[in-house]
Amino acid sequence: MIDKRVTSCAAAVVDIQDGDTVMIGGFGEAGSPIELIHALIDHGAKNLTVVNNNTGSGRVGLAALIENGQVAKMICSYPRTANSLVFPELYRSGKIELELVPQGTLAERIRAGGAGIPAFFTPTSVGTPLAKDKESRTFDGEDYVMERAIKADFALIKAKQADRYGNLTFNKTARNFAPIMAMAATNTLVQTNKMVELGYIDPENVVTPGIFVNQVIEITNPQQESKLVKEGVVYP
Amino acid sequence: MKKEPMKQEPIKQEPMSNITANIGWSREQMAQRCAQDINDGSYVNLGIGIPEKVAQYVPAGREVIYHTENGLLGMGTEPSADELDPDLINAGKKPVTAIPGAAYFHHGDSFSMIRGKHIDVCVLGAMQVSKQGDLANWSTGAADAIPAVGGAMDLVAGVKTIYIITQHTTKTGVAKILPKCSFPLTGKGVVNRIYSDLCVMDVTDKGLALIELAPNVSFDYVQERTAVTLINSLS
Repeated sequence: MIDKRVTSCAAAVVDIQDGDTVMIGGFGEAGSPIELIHALIDHGAKNLTVVNNNTGSGRVGLAALIENGQVAKMICSYPRTANSLVFPELYRSGKIELELVPQGTLAERIRAGGAGIPAFFTPTSVGTPLAKDKESRTFDGEDYVMERAIKADFALIKAKQADRYGNLTFNKTARNFAPIMAMAATNTLVQTNKMVELGYIDPENVVTPGIFVNQVIEITNPQQESKLVKEGVVYP
Repeated sequence: MKKEPMKQEPIKQEPMSNITANIGWSREQMAQRCAQDINDGSYVNLGIGIPEKVAQYVPAGREVIYHTENGLLGMGTEPSADELDPDLINAGKKPVTAIPGAAYFHHGDSFSMIRGKHIDVCVLGAMQVSKQGDLANWSTGAADAIPAVGGAMDLVAGVKTIYIITQHTTKTGVAKILPKCSFPLTGKGVVNRIYSDLCVMDVTDKGLALIELAPNVSFDYVQERTAVTLINSLS
C-alpha cells in the first residue's frame, strides 16, 4: 500500500542531515511552507544550502532558519525584501554565502535538476557580471551561457490539496517554485491545507503527480508569514 | 522594431508642482505616453515602480493581457478588502486579482514564456541606458550592497520589445543616458525605446534617435542633458 501521509511536521523533517541542500518553495510568503520550516528549526540540522527565491521576512519562517545559524549558503535571485532583517546583516558580516541567480535561470536550473538534464544554455545574463567565468557558446548567431542544474536532498513545499499518493494542487500564485522543486529533490516533503481521498482531484487537474512527492502532512490552518511579521513574532 | 501605426491620444496635463523640473512629463505622464505604444492583443510584463502605472493608461478598446513572472497570466487590478488573498500577488509581492480567463503556472513555465519570446512587451525602469541599448537596472556595483537581480535579466533577454521609463537624469542632474553604462549590466543591446520625462528615444543601428519631445521641451534642451549625441528624427 502506498500512503505518504505523516502525522507531524517533526516526523517529516527528521531525516534532514547537516550539510544537506534543501529547496524551500515560496515567492515571498506565497507558498512558503512555514510549519515545515519551523519544524526544521526545531530539528536543528546545520550547515544547510538553501534554495529559495528570497531570504525570508521578519524573524519567522526562512528568515528564522537563517537567523538560527542553520544556513551556510543561500541560492536565490532576490535576497532583499521590505522586511528582510536577518540576511543582510549576516551577509555583510561574511557569515553566510550567497549565490545570486537570475530568477528564470534559478527556475530552469531546478527544473533541469528534476528532469535529468545536467546543464543547459540560456541567453539570460549574457554580457553581465553573472555570466563571468561561465562557459559560453554561440548558436545560430546568438550568444548563450551554460548553467548547471540544481538538485536537492530535500524540498519543503506547500500545497492546497493532497491525496495519499502525493498528488497535489496549489493555490493561485502560491504554486511558484513548488512543482519544479518537487521534481528536483530526492525527498519532497509537503504541507497541505487539505488532505483528500484518492480520486477527489480530477486526474486532469493534478498539478504535481504523486511520483514527485515523498511525504505529506496536513496543516489545515497554516500561519500567515506577513501576519506574524506584523505582530513582531520571533521563532522559536 | 515592427510596430503597427499607432493612433496618438492626447496626454492629460497635470499640475507639475510635485516634480523638481518645471518642464517635461511627470511620472504619470511618462507612463501614459508609454501606454500609447501598447498594442491591442499584446502580452505585457510591467516592472515594479512607474512601469506598473502603464496598465491604467492603456487606451480604451485595447485588450491587453498582463503577465507577472511569479506565475499569473491575466493579472487584474488591486483587490478590494474582501478579495485580498496573500496567495495572489504580483512580482513586487503586492496583492492583485486575476481576470476572468486568467491562468496560473509554475516558475519553469513562467520563465519559458519570457525566455521563449512569447511575451510581446516588457516595460522596466533604469539606472543607466547606453546608446547601444545596454541596460543597467539591478545594481550600482557598490561593495556593501546586497546584490539582488530577480527576473530582470530573463525579461530583457527574452521579451520581444523592451521599453524603458526613466527620468532623463538623476535627481542631482547626472546623465543616465550614456555612451557606456558604468554600472553592472542587466543585458547588452536589449532596449528598444526609452521614455524619459523630456522625450521619447529609439535605439537604432545608427545611435539614439529622438522621436518625440515633451511639451515645451526643445531638442537642444534634451541634448544638453544627454551624454551621447542624439539623432534628431523630428527635423
